[in-house]
Amino acid sequence: MKFAIQVNEGPYQHQAADSAYQFTKAVLEAGHEIMRIFFYHDGVNNGTNLTTPPQDDRNIVNRWSELGKQYDLDMVVCVAAAQRRGIVDEGEMQRNGKDAQNIADGFRISGLGQLIEAGIQSERLVVFGD
Amino acid sequence: MATLHTVNKSPFEKSSLDSCLAYVKDGSSVLMYEDAIYGAIKGTAYADKVAAKGNVNFFVLGADLKARGVSEDKVTDGIEIVDYAKFVALAAENDNVQAWV
Repeated sequence: MKFAIQVNEGPYQHQAADSAYQFTKAVLEAGHEIMRIFFYHDGVNNGTNLTTPPQDDRNIVNRWSELGKQYDLDMVVCVAAAQRRGIVDEGEMQRNGKDAQNIADGFRISGLGQLIEAGIQSERLVVFGD
Repeated sequence: MATLHTVNKSPFEKSSLDSCLAYVKDGSSVLMYEDAIYGAIKGTAYADKVAAKGNVNFFVLGADLKARGVSEDKVTDGIEIVDYAKFVALAAENDNVQAWV
């Protein structure tokens, strides 16, 4: 079955970023497909490569990147939410005259249309957040 | 049409479980996870609310009980303790998933 995941909460906030990850992993391990993970609102903070959690803590951002690489996941960060919160890729850096970029491996920045498309093209859209 | 309702906040803090219980139809399912596991504990007002919904299937995520030090014998009778694999199966079995975030 084709699943899409929406993540509305940032890492290390409550538990939604962890729950979304555990659910996504279980979906893949059950042999289903994840057609897209859409990071919205504070959820865009799951996609910054500037986080440095203590070594004995889980690294939520790297964990997404690794899962994304392993299963070739489409991990999309909402552009409007990202601009507000300082999540920047090469294109956004140039467009907005910033001097750095911080998008984590495996993530890409795109628009809300990607969420609508995920809702239409997937068979289940499962939302995690506050 | 059966729906899997997911609730992730404690009913003693937020009203999402109450909202969910007001909408859930017979034959549908409610999964309590994260802080919502507190709604699955015996002897609370929510134990009665769960019992009153005889034709709704109730589930609670075992990992989130454990993370909060709530032992399985404290879970209200009639609520099934599940893992993430079963969470996925419930999402697939039902026609849609409604998150009460």
